[in-house]
Amino acid sequence: MSRWWVFCLLLLLTAGCVDNAPPATPPQRPAGIPAYGDTIIVGTIGEPSTLIPLLASDSASHDVAGLVYNGLVKYDRNLVLTGDLAKRWEITPDGLSITFHLRQGVKWHDGTDFTSRDVIYTYRVTIDPKTPTAYAEDFKQVKSVTAPDLHTVKVVYAKPFAPALASWGMAILPAHLLEGHEITKSPLARKPVGTGPFRFKEWIAGQRVELEANYDYFEGRPFLARYLYRIIPDNATMYMELKAGGIDLMGLSPVQYQRQTNSAAFLSRFAKYRYPASSYVYLGYNLRHPLFSDKRVRQALTMAINKDEIVHGVLLGMGRQAIGPFKPGTWAENPRQKDLPHDPKKAAELLAEAGWRDKNREGILVKDGKAFQFTILTNQGNDTRLKTAQIIQRRLKRVGIDVKIRVVEWASLLAHFIDKGNFEALVMGWTISPDPDLYDVWHSSKTGPKELNFIGFKNSEVDRLIEEGRGTFDQEQRRRCYYRIQEILVEEQPYSFLYVPDALPVVSARFRGIEPAPAGISHNLIKWYVPKEEQTH
Amino acid sequence: MLRYLAKRILMLVPLLLGITLITFTVIHLAPGEPVEMQLAMNPKVSKESRQRMREFYGLDKPLHVQYISWLNRLAHLDFGRSFAPDNRPVLDKIKERLPVTISLNLIALVIEFGLAIPIGILAAIHRNSLLDKGITIFVFLGFAVPTFWLALLLMYFFGVKLGWLPISGLHTLGSQHWGFLQRTWDLAKHLVLPVAVASFGSLAGLSRFMRSTMLEVIGQDFITTARAKGLPERTVIFRHALRNALLPVITLLGFSLPGLIGGSVIFETIFAIPGMGQLFYMGVMARDYPLVMGILVIGAGLTLVGNLLADLLYAVADPRIRTR
Repeated sequence: MSRWWVFCLLLLLTAGCVDNAPPATPPQRPAGIPAYGDTIIVGTIGEPSTLIPLLASDSASHDVAGLVYNGLVKYDRNLVLTGDLAKRWEITPDGLSITFHLRQGVKWHDGTDFTSRDVIYTYRVTIDPKTPTAYAEDFKQVKSVTAPDLHTVKVVYAKPFAPALASWGMAILPAHLLEGHEITKSPLARKPVGTGPFRFKEWIAGQRVELEANYDYFEGRPFLARYLYRIIPDNATMYMELKAGGIDLMGLSPVQYQRQTNSAAFLSRFAKYRYPASSYVYLGYNLRHPLFSDKRVRQALTMAINKDEIVHGVLLGMGRQAIGPFKPGTWAENPRQKDLPHDPKKAAELLAEAGWRDKNREGILVKDGKAFQFTILTNQGNDTRLKTAQIIQRRLKRVGIDVKIRVVEWASLLAHFIDKGNFEALVMGWTISPDPDLYDVWHSSKTGPKELNFIGFKNSEVDRLIEEGRGTFDQEQRRRCYYRIQEILVEEQPYSFLYVPDALPVVSARFRGIEPAPAGISHNLIKWYVPKEEQTH
Repeated sequence: MLRYLAKRILMLVPLLLGITLITFTVIHLAPGEPVEMQLAMNPKVSKESRQRMREFYGLDKPLHVQYISWLNRLAHLDFGRSFAPDNRPVLDKIKERLPVTISLNLIALVIEFGLAIPIGILAAIHRNSLLDKGITIFVFLGFAVPTFWLALLLMYFFGVKLGWLPISGLHTLGSQHWGFLQRTWDLAKHLVLPVAVASFGSLAGLSRFMRSTMLEVIGQDFITTARAKGLPERTVIFRHALRNALLPVITLLGFSLPGLIGGSVIFETIFAIPGMGQLFYMGVMARDYPLVMGILVIGAGLTLVGNLLADLLYAVADPRIRTR
């Protein structure tokens, strides 16, 4: 009977899906001899929108474009700025002008020489009011950009601006192909020509983007012959493609990392990596709301929340507790900064000090006849944030705070709640940029509608420190500013900083030469190789 | 007949206009704008660049001005340029995805009708038997099982465990260098799972419909007459009953015309098939107004044409309607 057959088949299939074997140690493969050749196939959820990075704001576009183009500077494996298309640079002692000395002999993928003209063009098109780009802001402080000769570019700023140097990491575009054309209609959006380690070969819409090694790359020819992005919009499908050998690299979810990829069979075929991602998740309080105006209340909320429990419950331990807005392990972060402890008793005391002494019949704290009650908002489609909110809800209930959770679609969360300041608390996340400047999220001038300090944090000392930190190139001085800001944020608790998740990439074991570093694994991509006898594509 | 046809076609114009007006308004009512969806929460974006982008897309103008300029372009068969960062013509974006969706839907449609009609007939002839009940359970299982779940199980079983079929996508890597036959075979293998899942899910509706119309016809007097004449059962069923029972199915066929260009998001996402469903979904999520409007207009046009065709075919197939 057909129905029984289907039923049995389904049973059989579900039984086969769980991989509960205990973690096994991977058999180390010998390093082998570096050889040219083979293709790496990378799974990506999103399709790039345009391969002119100046016009793109999605990560898929920047991932692909990052292999095709170069900036003047780049972050190395330890997230320190080094030269890319610029061999070296000088900053005048007053911090007002930067002189970039460009590499000579670099060629665009079509064979044309790369010169300072390309840099000048890229700057001009970026600040051109007709260019619909998100990246003009960084260059607003620039007073002038000049090219004394073909291999020198001099940038002058109106006042010293520390994030300036990093902003020149943006992709330099080929002037000879773009000048005099409308950039928004340029064919380069689908067929980029860059200077990077891989040159563009083919883009089949909705399916894949294919790049091939640039033999003349100025840092040396990549070992891999091809770099191929496969667009697979579903994570579960991607994981099965990985197991079936259809892709070589993807990011795992915490469940996949912890529970589904520990069998000896899997570990002999793949290598898993783990390092902190450049983002954090927080519970932000609307500081304009009377409920959260008292700093003791915010401290109590953080103390009532068990961050460790969230890291284990939501991320299965694949992350770490967040204390402040900087990436753990970078120079701006103070490793000795103490967080508020998880201490429900102390939290109750602080709340009592702030006037929340009595409890009503449901066990909820009451002050002046009003119960301590608020709603946490979060965006739809992000399960980890919802779970985080639920764990917080349970913990706060224990100290007598009634929390409701509301999940709202992204667009309406922005339009109806955040932009109007119409919220009490929200669980959201930020990406951490390698430069620690906090101006946009924490400066008091950024509290207007559609600006990012939407919780309304205003602290004159933090304002001063942020301005000082971005106004100097002296890293020691900057570090002092950022250490102090962390202290203040721990004291003030405008957010309860919750956690920094881990990035969990997995790569087929035939690729050698991968060196995990603070910057992740892809910093030395051109050095990855597959020994001749293991090459498959 | 000709006058009737002309009247029907003329009626299509205001209908289509009304549809565009309503959809245009509704999609602009949804919170968020393309610029917001692209740039919100990006620390690097200032108010000025936001404003600059709004002007670039023409979003700073009043809604009716936007609608009229959009309509004006449409009158010249120009669907405009996408509001996504790539800023490509909407028609190009639709064109590169349409062939995949149409061919996939056509194959699924043929299989669906090819299976559902015999199944329906079989169930009707053996009404209330064990076979009928078995078929009912089978088709409703297909109706009830979530597509994504079934798809994942099949992918795991046939793709990972057995390794017989590819898991997702449309082509094997490097297949562009193969011969035509090999490429076709490769494509066919890629299509087995998607087509199977797609048609399994839609068997129920059509086969139940076929079963009930068949039962209705079988119960009528002329069938009794045919049987009384001593015609063999085969002739009764296939010559007399089936022909009449198929008439309503023609209407259904007409209705499935617009479905040919629409794809299911879940289904395409799971199988990584670059079809119209994904395009439309991403367009909506990014508030890419010209793209969404473009797809909706084509869809609405096809729905109207499909209805018209169904009516006409009905008239062709059924003399009773023609003479009226």
